[in-house]
Amino acid sequence: MHTNNDNLLELQDLKVSFFTKQGEVKAVDGVSFSVGKEEIVGLVGESGCGKSVTSLSIMRLVPQPAGKIVSGRILFKNEDLMTKSEDQMRQLRGDRISMILQDPMVAMNQLLTVGEQLGEPFRFHDKVKGSLRDMCIALLGKVKVPAPESRVDDYPFQFSGGMSQRALIAMGIANNPDLLIADEPTTALDVSIAAQVLKLMKEIQKETRSSIILITHDLATVAQICTRVLVMYAGRIVENATIKNFYKKPAHPYSKGLIQSVPVLGRPVERLFSIDGQPPSLFEMPEGCRFSPRCSRAEKICFESYPPEIMLEDNHSVACWLYAGN
Amino acid sequence: MQGYILKRILIAMFTIFAVLTVVFFIFRLGPADPVAVMLPPNATPQDAENLTKKFGLDQPLMVQYTNYLKNAFKGDFGTSFRFNEPALKVLFERFPATLQLGLVAFVISVLVGLSVGIISAVKPDSFIDRIGRLVALAGMSLPSFWVGVMLILFFGVTLRWLPIAGKGTLAHYIMPSFCMSLYPIALITRLSRSSMLDALKSDYVVMARIKGVPEFYVILVHAFKNASIPVLTVIFGIFSGLIVGSAVVVEYIFSWPGIGRLVMESYFARDYPVVQVFVIFVTFVVVTMNLIVDIIYAYIDPRIRYQ
Amino acid sequence: MIHLFKKKKKKDTRPKGGIRLPYVGFFCLGIFFLAVIFADVIAPYDPQEGDLFSSTIPPVWQEEGSLAHILGTDMLGRDVLSRIIHGSRMSLLISVGCILFYGSIGVTLGLISGFMGGRTDMVIMRMADLWLSLPAIIVLFMLASVHGPSAKTIILTFGIMGWPNYARIVRGECLSLKERDFVRLARVAGCSKLRIMFSHILPNIMNTIIIMATIEIGGIIVLTASMSFLGLGTQPPSCDWGLMLAEGRQYITYASWLVTFPGLAIVITVLGFNLTGDWLREILDPKQKLR
Repeated sequence: MHTNNDNLLELQDLKVSFFTKQGEVKAVDGVSFSVGKEEIVGLVGESGCGKSVTSLSIMRLVPQPAGKIVSGRILFKNEDLMTKSEDQMRQLRGDRISMILQDPMVAMNQLLTVGEQLGEPFRFHDKVKGSLRDMCIALLGKVKVPAPESRVDDYPFQFSGGMSQRALIAMGIANNPDLLIADEPTTALDVSIAAQVLKLMKEIQKETRSSIILITHDLATVAQICTRVLVMYAGRIVENATIKNFYKKPAHPYSKGLIQSVPVLGRPVERLFSIDGQPPSLFEMPEGCRFSPRCSRAEKICFESYPPEIMLEDNHSVACWLYAGN
Repeated sequence: MQGYILKRILIAMFTIFAVLTVVFFIFRLGPADPVAVMLPPNATPQDAENLTKKFGLDQPLMVQYTNYLKNAFKGDFGTSFRFNEPALKVLFERFPATLQLGLVAFVISVLVGLSVGIISAVKPDSFIDRIGRLVALAGMSLPSFWVGVMLILFFGVTLRWLPIAGKGTLAHYIMPSFCMSLYPIALITRLSRSSMLDALKSDYVVMARIKGVPEFYVILVHAFKNASIPVLTVIFGIFSGLIVGSAVVVEYIFSWPGIGRLVMESYFARDYPVVQVFVIFVTFVVVTMNLIVDIIYAYIDPRIRYQ
Repeated sequence: MIHLFKKKKKKDTRPKGGIRLPYVGFFCLGIFFLAVIFADVIAPYDPQEGDLFSSTIPPVWQEEGSLAHILGTDMLGRDVLSRIIHGSRMSLLISVGCILFYGSIGVTLGLISGFMGGRTDMVIMRMADLWLSLPAIIVLFMLASVHGPSAKTIILTFGIMGWPNYARIVRGECLSLKERDFVRLARVAGCSKLRIMFSHILPNIMNTIIIMATIEIGGIIVLTASMSFLGLGTQPPSCDWGLMLAEGRQYITYASWLVTFPGLAIVITVLGFNLTGDWLREILDPKQKLR
């Protein structure tokens, strides 16, 4: 795989496993993709397919001691993060690479004020200019929390869900990171508030020119702000497409299923489409294509070996035997 | 905040009142005649009568009860037969010795227990973690009175390295404080390890790491602050427990001149007012400790402070 | 064809060098229950009968020891081994007595508290707080002063004082079970509250109750033994490990076996219960509600 200098981040054959009492769980099994500068990439898949683990690996924060990055390269600005020391990683985290977690209620420390937690990215990266408190207030204002001067001294439990999520976003963007990973930032929120938060994220992205990896299982969210989609299934990327291609001509049967299972406003449906079966247990992966047991178009070869990555167009690749003949 | 503390103080006062009442009725309504229990074996009927009058035992129960409460409020808990002095004064003379030993054992248990517990949680399955688990198991399974006796046998009788009884030099503290801190160390290690493990797994710790917060700050500020809530209850419970339970056993074994030994002597000498004042005093200590814990909670946890 | 017989190897993820501790626990408990059940058969002598001519004989491996008394004899010439074996019964009797006593109070109050909720719940939980402010040893001092020290007094004291822990755990379990469908269905079906509590909820928390009992029994054995050691519990001439230690303590300078072996007996028993309790908790309570 060649190294593209335009890419901000490039994962090459990343493998992450958890070593449990029941045996090894290959949560991420050979994932490769890249994220360009100022790009917003959606990482889509069912829960447990390895989306969150992938993103934590980029920060080298896989849960210890069970989890381990087994192999692969993580190139960030053409430097391999796997070769960095723990302290070098710490300096990158919260500064050049940052992340927003899913549930603001548990992602904030309930015993520290919002201001104390907001100030940490500044304090620990020597970015404090003037008053730290003023910086935190400005940051809260940036994410449109009303009355930031008084809110900065509040505790997380005094914030509403939407406001907590905004505060969490503020922590992520504090130092204008080059890469922001947002792990289901709207799942814990009401629909109307979720829309506001997404709008805010898009605005911020425009302003800071960061790249964003948006992790979600909600295709509607992806359609709203992403430029490219990565579909993940059982620890692997099965399709990589621009947003247009993905919605107009999805290639992988799993992607097709995902799109069909979303109800579309104004188009009457008798019965909502659903993909049969369950995602495979991580302990017992099928030999061939992981999706083969649920795939209606599976052939003999699908059960025997894993399909290679096939380029359909310039910006559209898929891992499926259906396209191997071309 | 003030409302919360006021409520806790009221509960504490009610608890002390309830215990005073329970103590009164257990002693008065028991099957044994309190006078007979209190009197030395060679007492004459005249002595019995005097004693009955002296304690107002000839009066109706409710009158006795109100008098008892009134006196208790004034700090009068009767007179020790053995010393012929106010029971409370006798107790207070012996209390510093217990407090000194208790504090030493307390500091040892908290220092050792917390540090081993935290290190074990930060580095599971490391050498310290394994040692910690072994110590926790030993502390839970070794009866302190037997450990005390064995220490005396080994270091006192056989090797003659350490004094086996009394209080005086620093060397006198070694065996009793070790003996006293064994169980608390086990308890604190176990609890701080599991609370820290829980805290370190939580999302706010991951979030702190994402922000690039250095690991020592993640552990000591983010994780430990949250883990300290359950640990604190146990630590303060241990402090009162040390002053009560362990003090009696350890002071008895090592002839330590504190209140634990006093109450044993008084019990065997049937010096009943001293036993009674010990009971009440200990409850007072326990209730005060609980009150302090509640107030500390309010300082740590904003959700309590602002409720 | 050889590979057919090879078993699929699973990666062993146990901490390296860890001892298989539960087995140590089972072994200790095995010895303890053998002693309890077959005390009359195994014990070489009557535990109460002493021969003053054979007083303070040291254990067999010391110079003056004799095979007749493997662990030696005490001041009254009673065989130490026989007394320790018989002592296991006293230890079990007292500790199980305490647990049954306060366990039943705690489970009942916990069920009522969790199921009824509201004011009843508040009163019971406040009572639990109050109870916890009064250390058991203090109550023992009072009860022993009034009733005289005995095994009964010990069981009574810890029986009355031990329930709050049980009540809290049971209450917590009850609160979560209360909202489950089978309990709601029972309510719709018109079962009485008493019936729901005892025949629908109770069987579902039996596991928790048994784990708790196993975990706590070791501590109770230590506590009750130390009370007997202080002279607040069983009285001579009964065979109780704590009491044997107390009696032997006076002769510690020349008959150390009188304090060593009863103590070891306690340690083995308590270790057995603690390790088994931890093991039970690990396999039956993966969510670690009990700590």
